[in-house]
Amino acid sequence: MKVGSLNDAAPASEGKSKLINEKSFFGRFTDRASESRGKVIIYSSALLMIVAVVAITLFLTIQGLRSFVVDHLNFWTFITGTEWYPDRTKNPTFGAFPFIFGSLAVTFLAALIATPIAIGTAVFMAEIAKKWGTKVMQPVIEILVGIPSVVYGLIGLSIVVPFLRQHFGGTGFNLIAGAFVVGIMILPTVASIAADSLRAVPDSLRQASFAIGGTKWQTIWRVVIPAAGSSLLTAIILGMSRAFGEALAVQMVIGNARDLPKSILDPSATLTTIITLSMGHTTTGSLLNDALWSLGLILLLISYVFIVIIRFLGKRGESR
Amino acid sequence: MKKKNLLAIGLALVLSLTLILSGCGNGSGSSDSSSSSKEDSSSSEALSGKITIGGSTALQPLAAQVAKEFMEKNPDVQIEVQGGGSGTGLSEVQAGNFDIGMSDVFAESKSNIDAKALKDYQVAVVGMTAAVNPKAGVKNLSKKDLQDVFTGKVKNWKEVGGKDQKITLVNRPDGSGTRATFDQFALDNKTPAEGITQDSTNTVKKIISETPGAIGYMALSYFTANDDSVVKLSIDGVDASEDNVASGKFPVWAYEHMYTKGEPSKLVKAFLDFMMSDAVQTKDVPAQGYLSVKDMKVQRDAEGKQTDK
Repeated sequence: MKVGSLNDAAPASEGKSKLINEKSFFGRFTDRASESRGKVIIYSSALLMIVAVVAITLFLTIQGLRSFVVDHLNFWTFITGTEWYPDRTKNPTFGAFPFIFGSLAVTFLAALIATPIAIGTAVFMAEIAKKWGTKVMQPVIEILVGIPSVVYGLIGLSIVVPFLRQHFGGTGFNLIAGAFVVGIMILPTVASIAADSLRAVPDSLRQASFAIGGTKWQTIWRVVIPAAGSSLLTAIILGMSRAFGEALAVQMVIGNARDLPKSILDPSATLTTIITLSMGHTTTGSLLNDALWSLGLILLLISYVFIVIIRFLGKRGESR
Repeated sequence: MKKKNLLAIGLALVLSLTLILSGCGNGSGSSDSSSSSKEDSSSSEALSGKITIGGSTALQPLAAQVAKEFMEKNPDVQIEVQGGGSGTGLSEVQAGNFDIGMSDVFAESKSNIDAKALKDYQVAVVGMTAAVNPKAGVKNLSKKDLQDVFTGKVKNWKEVGGKDQKITLVNRPDGSGTRATFDQFALDNKTPAEGITQDSTNTVKKIISETPGAIGYMALSYFTANDDSVVKLSIDGVDASEDNVASGKFPVWAYEHMYTKGEPSKLVKAFLDFMMSDAVQTKDVPAQGYLSVKDMKVQRDAEGKQTDK
């Protein structure tokens, strides 16, 4: 009470002589009509975001470089080696290439599965059934986005894996099962961003196409999709970066074998699945723990590459 | 207006305080508990304070059950049981963030852990054996055959007396206590060949039961009497029964450990005493699928050397 009244009392006595009602720091911050309160909140939120990104990157870099600096693993053999046997009593090896390959393979295969369906859905929503698209399809897609990844994993484990086992032999735990589950998972993300980018194509282009006698299909295929080109690519790459970071659903169906897969029907592992499987069993500062952090660092660096590509595509779209 | 100002300041203070406190995190929590339990030693009798237990997810259900009973007896005591894995348990108890760290393996077997600074309480014994898909057609393997199967020398079950069925291995992740125990005592430290890897025993069991020719390994408590989805494998003709583990005839078993950093505080000691009491060891321990340490006729040291008690 005292603090508040003191703050208010000061300007009240001199207030009449002053044009600008100056207040103490807290007074300024808590006054409803004050500009500075909004400024402080917004500036600090923005600052917090930047600090978070920098802190996470720094932390991961420091932890991730430990295995090379402290434990003297060779960086080159770490990312190109194909043998990951950290627990072997004699001569443990750390070759992370199968996991880097697994992560990228799952990501690209998932994009391959998701893209045609997602673009098709987007065309349907944005070009063909505009009203129905926004009224029915949009909520359906939002529901799909909201389904937790563990549910996708469970469905994969009880439907996709037995299906693959029965029709293609083997165990059913393999690269394509992981790619399929993740592909379905990123489908709604890609579809909704793609629909937005199709909607952003100016109507004048469509009208011009119709004016010179283009059919609906020709307009969509030859005019709208090329015009939305780079933002469609952005949608796909955003989906891929989500696929790249997915751990739980993939871990449940991919089999997590550490060998380099020889075909898409072989069990495989990704950077994320190896980290989640082994991290809890390791002690802080041990060699395996450091190596897992290094895998995390590689994961972060590759997802930065995805962001850079998205930025690059965005710029190219603008300059057109 | 003035009241609102004050409220806003108050809220801001509370917010910053929570941020600061959560930043300090576990560290302050456990130091609280040790200090409060030190106060107990002067006042004796009624126990109060907080214990944080964490680590091995295999031991977690037993610890949670015993903690619940302990809290019912001592209403002023608060016990928090977390998972996180054996490695986390050992790291955090060494760092002083857990009062008790649970582990499936001896602290000596983990790097970056000063085992001498930790005090080991072996609270239970877990036996484990290989689980085989019924379509493989084997119920017993010699140790040599089992090793051939797991190291990939043998690819088909018919080579070791089973049906014509391809072998699929189901392993545990690196560092897992179950894997370490199985590798050491069933495979004699041979490195298993690659196969599917899963962490959770339930998932492992599901995979083995659904995949023809699959073989993995899990704790004996996961084999139930009238459940024929997986076959419990005998090794060298010795049935993987609890009696055979207790008598030392069946070699694949491990202690479940609770570690404290140095001597435990009075409160933590009281909990560990309760853990080792007959009430817990004859009731909760078997109920959760473990063997009581007191029933064991053999014992083992950190190097895995087995001696008669």
